[in-house]
Amino acid sequence: MKQVAPLTIINGSLVLPGGTAWGGLRCVDGHIESVGEVSARDGDTVIDAKGKLITPGIVDFGVFAVDKPAFHFGGITRAAVMPDQNPPLDYPSRVRLVAYSGKPDLWVHPLAAATKGLDGKELAEIGLMKQAGARGVATGRGWIADSGAMLRLLQYAAMLDLVVVSHAEDSGLAGASAATAGDMATRLGLPSAPAEAEALAVARDITLAEMAGAHLHIRQVTTKPALDLVRAAKARGVTVTAGVTPAHFMLSDLATAEFRTFARLSPPLRSEADRQAVIEAIGDGTIDVVASGHDPRGPEDKRLPFADAEPGMAGAETLLAMTLTLVRDGAIDIARAFDLLAAAPARLLGVSCGRLETGQEADICIIDPEKPWIVDSAHMAATAGNTPFDHQPTQGRALSVFKGGVELTS
Amino acid sequence: MTSTTSPQGSKREYPAGSLAFPHRDLLGIGQLERHEILFLLDEAEQWVDLNRQTTKHSDALAGLTIINAFFENSTRTLLSFEIAGKRLGADVVNMHAAQSSVKKGETLIDTAITLNAMRADAIVIRHGSSGAVDLIASKVDCPVLNAGDGQHEHPTQALLDALALRHALRERGHKADDFTGLTVTICGDILHSRVARSNILCLTALGASVRICAPPALMPAEIEAMGAKPFHDFDAALEGTDVVMMLRLQTERMEGQFIPSAREYHHLFGLSKDRLQRAAPDALVMHPGPMNRGVEIDSEVADMIGRSIITRQVEMGVAIRMAALDVLTRRTRGIDGWTNDGSGVTWA
Repeated sequence: MKQVAPLTIINGSLVLPGGTAWGGLRCVDGHIESVGEVSARDGDTVIDAKGKLITPGIVDFGVFAVDKPAFHFGGITRAAVMPDQNPPLDYPSRVRLVAYSGKPDLWVHPLAAATKGLDGKELAEIGLMKQAGARGVATGRGWIADSGAMLRLLQYAAMLDLVVVSHAEDSGLAGASAATAGDMATRLGLPSAPAEAEALAVARDITLAEMAGAHLHIRQVTTKPALDLVRAAKARGVTVTAGVTPAHFMLSDLATAEFRTFARLSPPLRSEADRQAVIEAIGDGTIDVVASGHDPRGPEDKRLPFADAEPGMAGAETLLAMTLTLVRDGAIDIARAFDLLAAAPARLLGVSCGRLETGQEADICIIDPEKPWIVDSAHMAATAGNTPFDHQPTQGRALSVFKGGVELTS
Repeated sequence: MTSTTSPQGSKREYPAGSLAFPHRDLLGIGQLERHEILFLLDEAEQWVDLNRQTTKHSDALAGLTIINAFFENSTRTLLSFEIAGKRLGADVVNMHAAQSSVKKGETLIDTAITLNAMRADAIVIRHGSSGAVDLIASKVDCPVLNAGDGQHEHPTQALLDALALRHALRERGHKADDFTGLTVTICGDILHSRVARSNILCLTALGASVRICAPPALMPAEIEAMGAKPFHDFDAALEGTDVVMMLRLQTERMEGQFIPSAREYHHLFGLSKDRLQRAAPDALVMHPGPMNRGVEIDSEVADMIGRSIITRQVEMGVAIRMAALDVLTRRTRGIDGWTNDGSGVTWA
């Protein structure tokens, strides 16, 4: 989408890396030209933000489907798509196809499959996939159980300067489990795995990443022992980053009561203590990225007995509102919220967006952080309504979304 | 108020009509209050009596259709439900998963909708996945009885166990018909056992102290939150216990190795005559079946006259299932006080 006329947004509260400031911004040729005290020139398209927040467009790191209506609803202008597609993104031409699949109004950054067929064994053609547009390499929904294969992957990715996105669940412990071991899983009689399956996997992956000098990003870290490992690794200078989705800071395994399959996630929902640990880790910087993990699943995948249902949630529409609850609760400020949602994932991907700064691409949202709405699985923009937040009243909506300086009309 | 005659002849008071049991379905013991459990047990007493007559027949459910939809193999539970339905005069149809369209890829929901369309008056379901019966219940218009879902619940088993235990205790002169002061030890594959879960809930609701014994790999996490005390040492778990309930190893549900061998399991967790000495004198022995003799229980214990109530459990199973089918179909049958007459009952 080519920006024809310059765009000037005025009268808003700019969410900048250091905090908020009153003002606006002017965008020319798809990029931010100036930020702060701006005035529109003749021929500019002028948008009045009417005192609402002017923020970077959200960069959603690690989604399973390219679901444009849901992304635009949620203020998401770029998405890093996981290699778990059918067929998987383990071949350069598939990566290239996906890399162009969202343009012009949504940019999709493919994460290449680390191994062929995502089997966790044989390295895929990562170098060629990088050339084809891959912005990182991911182990997919599963863990690479073979430590030798994981080390070789990390070394190879380090050579190519690609981030390795890992799913941290020790497969021997996790097995075919559908829940975290504990009171809830025991009462429901669900196959469960101890929460420590995550810490085990994180410990190994960090050790190997440190050996390889690779950048490891653990897409979801959801338990206190694993967060402690990440915190300690960061303190000694390991290039490790961590992410989480709102489900793990909004919900505990209590949400699986009555076998609600919309709360069947991977990794599974954890204890309340772990939920609190996630919030703390977001607050202290241990967690770098909040993403939707968007994985729309229809009734054929979800209207099943709990353990037989597929894991995953449609999260794109609720990502912003749920993250804003952390701001309202005082866990983080609004500037940090947009570091988690936009700047940090943009850094991981090596793309020039995610901050309201001169020269950055003009991916912008106007957001009303207070606007109340009720999540309704029956009326969602996503291709499926599998949200664990169904019927929950929430606040915060993107009022306008701009990609490359052009307003998207939904 | 209505009253039901309890075994001792005392009258127990229950709320009138459907207020005594305000549930459309019987999905688990977890959904029941203590007085609702006692109501079902007391209701079953009349069927225990009937089943001991030469002519074991009632026309209470005449004209109703009951479908036994068993997605998992079963012999005794299916037979027990079938006999229960027939003795109540209902038309009973059995659907076996092996010969059903489930094998042809039909989803569980479609199967449920199909059964519903056939206008069953009650559906009895067994399924290998926890929560499957709840799911079907949410899609059909008639009462649903859980005959075992995965590792979740098997409510009629826990109720029949309670009834068998009540009868055995009564014969020994116990006055109360709940289990206050009684210690029950459940030993075996607790992790994979829906029977254990339903029994923990039922026995503790009726006042018993429940001990749970299993090797660590077969012990579910945080089981103590359900009110049971966990043990790994069978001898310690047996010490002074009034009732020993043995469960079999559910090897069909095990992924990977949980115990080294059956003979080692028997050595550590098998109930032998010697070991039973540790329990209270005359302690009762129970087993939901099927038994693996020589693994979790020795034959001389399983067949011990005056101590083993294993066959009585089977007998009580029919009565409990008759009670459950009778109570759950009262609304359909228009029994006074059980219809939607604005009496304020919300069906849960």
